[in-house]
Amino acid sequence: MPAPPQRRLIFAHIDEPGYTPDLPCYLKHGGYAVMRKAFARKPEELIDEVKKSGLRGRGGAGFSCGLKWTLVDRKSGKPVYLIVNADESEPGTFKDRYIIHQDPHQLLEGTMISCFANNVKQAYIYIRGEMPQGARILEKAIAEARAANLVGRNILGTNYSCDIFVHRGAGAYICGEETGLIESLEGKRANPRIKPPYFPAVLGLYQCPTIVNNVETLCHVKHIADMGGEAYTRIGTPNNTGTRIFCVSGHVQRPGYYEFECGKITMGQLLNEVCGGPRPGRTFKAVIPGGSSAKVMRFGERYKGRRKVGADMVDYDWGVEDVPMDFDSLGLIGTMGGSGGVIVMDDSVNMVEALANINAFYSHESCGQCTPCREGSLWMKKITTRMVHGTARPEDAALLKGVADQIPGRTICAFGEACSWPTQSFLAKFGDEFRNYHETKKAAKSAAAAPLI
Amino acid sequence: MNLKPTTLTQIDEVITHYPVKRSAVLPLLHLVQEDAGWISPEAIEWIAVKLELQPINVYELVTFYPMFRQKPIGRRHIKVCRTLSCALTGGYRVCDQFQKEFGCHPGEVSADGEVTVDFVECLASCGTGPVVMIDDDLHERVDAAKVKALSDQIRTAASRRPAS
Repeated sequence: MPAPPQRRLIFAHIDEPGYTPDLPCYLKHGGYAVMRKAFARKPEELIDEVKKSGLRGRGGAGFSCGLKWTLVDRKSGKPVYLIVNADESEPGTFKDRYIIHQDPHQLLEGTMISCFANNVKQAYIYIRGEMPQGARILEKAIAEARAANLVGRNILGTNYSCDIFVHRGAGAYICGEETGLIESLEGKRANPRIKPPYFPAVLGLYQCPTIVNNVETLCHVKHIADMGGEAYTRIGTPNNTGTRIFCVSGHVQRPGYYEFECGKITMGQLLNEVCGGPRPGRTFKAVIPGGSSAKVMRFGERYKGRRKVGADMVDYDWGVEDVPMDFDSLGLIGTMGGSGGVIVMDDSVNMVEALANINAFYSHESCGQCTPCREGSLWMKKITTRMVHGTARPEDAALLKGVADQIPGRTICAFGEACSWPTQSFLAKFGDEFRNYHETKKAAKSAAAAPLI
Repeated sequence: MNLKPTTLTQIDEVITHYPVKRSAVLPLLHLVQEDAGWISPEAIEWIAVKLELQPINVYELVTFYPMFRQKPIGRRHIKVCRTLSCALTGGYRVCDQFQKEFGCHPGEVSADGEVTVDFVECLASCGTGPVVMIDDDLHERVDAAKVKALSDQIRTAASRRPAS
């Protein structure tokens, strides 16, 4: 079955010749018309539209955006803050970069509509430190919007006021975790907070109710406010509504970003047709479907079981290529859609070396607060690096598993899961490569294999 | 602290963005580092006084966030992405080649003081790997020829700079 055409909702103008990130260009393309319309409605109606739309967060967890907004404590009398999570840091993910650099006003419009719906008077955009130009583009866009009375005091002549400021991170992955981000915005180390009691919706920034949404999620809000929640559900598939941007990297002929209706494209269509398949003379070996913390999929394995389609239970028997790219299907087979970052590895890659690379990342990025994560991620890195650069032993596989299995569920935030899932899944699916690595590493390396650690 | 007048203006402006002064530590550290090139013990004290904090509240951020430096670096900062997607497409080779071009290891300043080469974690441009950031500019699909060209550009710019 051929792949469906792309459905570019969020990326409608990305890479369009002549499209510039300034306000006049955005206005020429109908910019801020949706916001004008939205400001004439009751805030509760807008929240309802988002709830009806079934929008799920695009940052990684896939949590319902409408539900997140419903949980906000509105009775406390404290101000409600909104934070745009632009800390795009999950390896393999590079969608927000293009929204920020090429279409910043789309993000601002979505953000202002979300602020209005939730009676937010102050919003912050937390952008990762490694995007200095992105921060400057956003600051310029906000200044333009402020000058045009689209942000700031008495927006568009209404009695609603809301300001936005850009706040730059400084190279710490953990700031993408919402409570770590809040600590960082308060001027502290980004050590995530324990939940309960620190649910951002109740005790967030400065202990006030706070909404933290991903860049792409807020852009979707603009389109939901435009077409209505009901109409939005007709894009995508039930419970996986709207479009999804897939960021494909690694060993495919045409890596890049592609936006499709959620659940309407399979992994095989995405990699083979859209991305042009493997490099010449190579075959696919493994793919990580939702950012580097998602559990790896091995080409050739099969996923079997029963799943709900509409009201019926249906048997499924999928190869990697058959899996629909949506939150629920990827969850069903034991991995996740996460942030949409698809990392592809072909048969030139040794999985021990690939895992050593991933482990070095998580060990570097652990905030150090919880012992199982700080020590576990470090030891997983030390063991895999030693296997590659020092002595590898057959019993290392069991040792690694022993470390990885002691981390998840024992940490304050989900980083514990994020750092152990790669090791657990690589061992479950490529265990032989780990047990035999002491033999394989004696053989001469193929010229096609890039050093990974 | 000997900061430029524009930096001081920016510092006073950015503090007004937050209801709590402490929130301005990261922005101030960025502004001071952009001005002075690194974060000195004196800078930590100065920021602490400015924001009515204890110096430890500033110092603990300098040691936590990888982008802040406690010593000067070369005039140009070459940051090569190390993480998986870039490594799969040759990131380690790119980093090696930059080290050979300038004769220094990651984290060191080259003998002429011109560059520091660093290996950094994911720069969120995985589809165009391997990527390299030189100061604030991102360079995509960097291969051997591109490393050579970028290195030559850096050397040419250095030779044209008037001796100080």
